Amino acid sequence: MKKTRLMDLAHIIRSKNSGPYELTLDVFFKTEKIYQTVKKRNLINKTLIKRLYRVEENRILDIIYFDPVRAVKATIARPIPSGAVEDTDVYGAQQHMPLVDAIINF
Amino acid sequence: MDEIRILSPTAILGYGFPRESFLRGMKASPHVIAVDAGSSDPGPFYLGHGKSFVDRNAVKRDLEIMITQGKKHGIPVIIGTAGGSGAKVHVDWCMEIIREIVRAHRLRLRTALVYSDVEKKTVIQNLQKKKIRPLPFAPSLTPKIVRNTTRVVAQIGVDPLIKALSKPVDLVVAGRCYDPAVFAALPVKEGFDLGLALHLGKILECAAIAASPGSGRDCVLGILKKNSFILQTLSPNRRFTVNSVAAHTLYEKSHPFILPGPGGHLDLSQCRFRQKTPNSVEVSGSQFVPDTPCTVKIEGAVCVGYRTISICGIRDRIMIRQLDDIFAAVREAVKNNFGVRDYRLNFRVYGRDGVMGPLEPAPQEIGHEAGVIIDVVAATQEEANTICGFTRSTALHYGYPGRIATAGNLAFPFSPSDTPMGAVYEFSIYHLMDIAGPSNLFPVKSMILN
Repeated sequence: MKKTRLMDLAHIIRSKNSGPYELTLDVFFKTEKIYQTVKKRNLINKTLIKRLYRVEENRILDIIYFDPVRAVKATIARPIPSGAVEDTDVYGAQQHMPLVDAIINF
Repeated sequence: MDEIRILSPTAILGYGFPRESFLRGMKASPHVIAVDAGSSDPGPFYLGHGKSFVDRNAVKRDLEIMITQGKKHGIPVIIGTAGGSGAKVHVDWCMEIIREIVRAHRLRLRTALVYSDVEKKTVIQNLQKKKIRPLPFAPSLTPKIVRNTTRVVAQIGVDPLIKALSKPVDLVVAGRCYDPAVFAALPVKEGFDLGLALHLGKILECAAIAASPGSGRDCVLGILKKNSFILQTLSPNRRFTVNSVAAHTLYEKSHPFILPGPGGHLDLSQCRFRQKTPNSVEVSGSQFVPDTPCTVKIEGAVCVGYRTISICGIRDRIMIRQLDDIFAAVREAVKNNFGVRDYRLNFRVYGRDGVMGPLEPAPQEIGHEAGVIIDVVAATQEEANTICGFTRSTALHYGYPGRIATAGNLAFPFSPSDTPMGAVYEFSIYHLMDIAGPSNLFPVKSMILN
């Protein structure tokens, strides 16, 4: 195991609204081998998402691995709904950098 | 009928498409041209205020090509979520554009119109009968919130559209639709599998976004067969690949393979993706699972005030280091000055946490300059103007500790420095409502446009 940046393991890391109240985060891994290792050891998990996005566990809807595309999806509650007065990102498309910079024990 | 060919010109009506791609698509003899004209993604304003988020001329340009070509080849054009948000005001806006095209080209169009507005009293009745529940993380609903909501739309599924297609038509214009519905309606009417048709629609509604390289403004063709569907690009520089199509399945969805919609959900866990030719992909195994009771998603937005903003920049390092203290002092100085208490003042600092707000992991890191938006929302436009102007002038000349530049604290790129932004809306309804049958709420209106 060594400390590895998530961006070195993935070829797509993105965020987007899923409706006005949810932010969904997708990570697509570079190879089947990397994906299987991450999945087997559950390296993208609630503890990581809680830490990166400072959300309570009950604000994490789901974290699901999807084999056909070698990806994992985490969906969390938006801190502020899309377009509400204090919102900063109506489409939710620029909330991915905490994951890009995340360091995991790979 | 062995297969149905569906031409999807663009991801959102008005986002445009190359004419050559469209004509290449027409050469494949499609059975229908369908387009998704809207989204809730641009935020609550457009639904709440009854405006389109796409420019009128851009919508007209796309529609002109689609309608004249559809008529010429005798195939229907189906438009879903007309006008961007799909309420009556939006649909009527789209119809006005269509009437201009009909006049200019001397067309005769057999047209079916499906509004998907839900009356507020129906929502309140259903709320009292406990037939409405919030989607995850949406706040709960009260009759008062419903009354304050400007208009309510339901995301309709394929059933009202199938009814619209039951008579020969040249054009179907529908209010708020579940995005895939406009693509799936004709195939389902012809007896094709609902799961495959909706999954195909899910990809076609984004046009070439699911191709590689992706684009929201290029045409693609979907070919639905009995046990699979095929996606084909229509410009030589784009391909559908197994990766690009499969990856799109996850796009802006809460769950990677369970996709809820009107009347049931799509289960894509058994899906198979196969590279058919270098630029086309075949998909099979998509399943539709009906839900009981039958539900539709309803959406509404409420006006929460009026906004005025002032955009400015700061280059002074001494000031940038103590921004929060300075803004707190300015906020205090503005308070109680005009007897206006009901306002929200927000200093948005770009270069620090302007993009991520409370999610920003490094709010302490800031560069040599900062962009600031003074953002005020108040009960009236006049009050918002007053608070914003006063905050701006107070911040401009505020004497903070260690100040070395005494002429002014803010750089304004524009004169006037302050901009009234008009009404501000927030989503108030984003709920599921139980309905008796799939289409009884949404009658079809037939007419001839000429």
